[in-house]
Amino acid sequence: MTLTPEIKLDLLRKMLRARLFEEKIVEVYGEQEMKTPVHLYIGQEAVAAGVSQHLRTEDYVFSTHRNHGHYLCKGADMKPIVAELYGRATGCAKGKGGSMHFVDVSKNCPGTTAIVGGSIPLGAGAALAIKLKKESGRISVAYFGDGASDEGVLQETMNFSALHKLPVLFVCENNFYATNSPQKARHAEGVISKRAPGFGIPSAFTDGNDVEAVYAAAGLAVEHVRSGKGPYFLEFPTYRWKGHVGPDCDYEKGCRPKEEFLEWRKRCPVEGYIGKLALPEGELSAIKSELAAEIAAAWAYAKASPFPAPADLYTDVYN
Amino acid sequence: MPWTKVLIDKQDFENAAKDGLRSLSYRDALREAQAQLLRAMPEVYLLGEGIDDPGGVFGSTVGLAKEFGPERVMDSPIAENGLTGIAAGSAMCGMRPIFIHMRMDFLPMCMDQIVNHAAKWRYMTGGQVTCPLVIRSIIGRGWGSAAQHSQALHGLFTHFAGLQVAVPASPYDAKGLLVAAVKSGNPVLFCEHRWLYDFKGYVPEELYDAPFGKAVVRKEGKDVTVVAVSLMVYEAVKAARELEAEGISVEVIDPRTIKPLDMETILASVKKTGRLVVADNANVMTGISAEIAAQVAEKGFADLKAPVLRVGLPDVPTPAGSELEKAFYPGTADIKLAVNRVLGRGKSNL
Repeated sequence: MTLTPEIKLDLLRKMLRARLFEEKIVEVYGEQEMKTPVHLYIGQEAVAAGVSQHLRTEDYVFSTHRNHGHYLCKGADMKPIVAELYGRATGCAKGKGGSMHFVDVSKNCPGTTAIVGGSIPLGAGAALAIKLKKESGRISVAYFGDGASDEGVLQETMNFSALHKLPVLFVCENNFYATNSPQKARHAEGVISKRAPGFGIPSAFTDGNDVEAVYAAAGLAVEHVRSGKGPYFLEFPTYRWKGHVGPDCDYEKGCRPKEEFLEWRKRCPVEGYIGKLALPEGELSAIKSELAAEIAAAWAYAKASPFPAPADLYTDVYN
Repeated sequence: MPWTKVLIDKQDFENAAKDGLRSLSYRDALREAQAQLLRAMPEVYLLGEGIDDPGGVFGSTVGLAKEFGPERVMDSPIAENGLTGIAAGSAMCGMRPIFIHMRMDFLPMCMDQIVNHAAKWRYMTGGQVTCPLVIRSIIGRGWGSAAQHSQALHGLFTHFAGLQVAVPASPYDAKGLLVAAVKSGNPVLFCEHRWLYDFKGYVPEELYDAPFGKAVVRKEGKDVTVVAVSLMVYEAVKAARELEAEGISVEVIDPRTIKPLDMETILASVKKTGRLVVADNANVMTGISAEIAAQVAEKGFADLKAPVLRVGLPDVPTPAGSELEKAFYPGTADIKLAVNRVLGRGKSNL
């Protein structure tokens, strides 16, 4: 998997797009106009960027309540998702989903779930559809966290996916906290991906804050899945900077040790990569201002959009 | 119309056979519907534990695995919630799965994926992603099936916006409603009753839809309306025939689907009769019988000449022993008693 200068720039652009988008949410959340619980991805961007770099538009992505980064890195259009955050009729789900239920059908992001673990069987189900329709070469990705690994559906789904050699990539982002419960309070065995070989699924455990390492591991995994060899399980240890929900850091509330946060803060995937790439002067600021313009346009679009009509409450329930 | 008629005993079957109508059992009607759907729609597949075994889900899937192969008639591990999610995910991506459970009691294992995911997906995505997942399950009864092999949970699922719930009582509806469920594009709970499997009735050979949300009057009458669900349709028709001999005219309505629920037909009948009994083979406590009674109270109160009565299961788990089972399950006699009571005749008339 050669890392060309173009790919490197793309990885950086993906991470920055997700980061700046969410920093904007943090900036405006206090206005209380965005009336939706936000589960921010800040600190984990290298995972979505590195995995998505290998995905095609046709590939499916199923995600969770912490979905912003996954969808943006898959190429989701920013305007409708910002409009969704503001509950507008032009939102990606017409104001019926909110932050936890982004959708972009044109990018094969068929929706996200706020029930922990739910994305796992749905992602495998998309892979079953691919297999039954004989769409060889197409894959499905199920993102989930270490908290979801506690759910029975992971075990059920790994077994079925291995049995039927489904083209599904399991991506477990281990940020070490399920809401506020640390992993060590929940797991006797800390490496979640060790379970996969027990089901006959190859796996890898890779630094989730190093975008090039993610890119390399995901490259092998995606190649395996795409070529029809069945599922693959990737685990990326990484770290969530913000609280489980909301724009604040939760160490202030005593949810985690401040020192632990500060250690991970030093390992920022975005700043680290900016330092590593050492781009020529002007190039980074050009990327940043391009993204800032996209964000400004998306926010302007959202705020100028109408709210749904009360009668819209009753539509979209049944076919 | 031959399809509205329910044949409740051997004599009825023989009379129907004389008329030269095509007759199938409920079991074979289900089997035929699935075979024809598999032939007609490449996106349809069946999934469930043991659906390809020699028993074939009480005969309703016998031979389908052989004809359509293991990819379209798929045996599954016993992993109800995970498999519901996998079926739902495939439905969101263009497939039309029919997930089959031998017992309705296994559905509580799937509640997360049915209730939180399949039911809500269309709405949560602003109508862009549908989840056309059909879940067949069978209500058991008798021979000590007891508390975990006999639950009738159809009413429970009507609580959730986004789901539809079919309760076919006749072979015609078993086939027609299953076809309609698969074509509907909605997540549908398709609730069968084990004791209906041997009942025969008119079933056309072609692939046809029976409409959701359209009740049928199984027997016309003028004194009392009995809305009967699933197996209770047979008990109600039997009760109506016996009461007719006593000079009481009972109208029996089979809602066929309880979500959507055809209140229009029920209210029109109550307007005519002024008296309502709701008979369901499920718990009366917050069951569909409670909903029907409540809606009639809200919308047809002025037409009622007597309080609504319900016939259903008591608020206890299903017992195992045969004598306790007898005490547990209501039948024709209970419906007759209720009809007499809404007529103000009390127990003394029975």
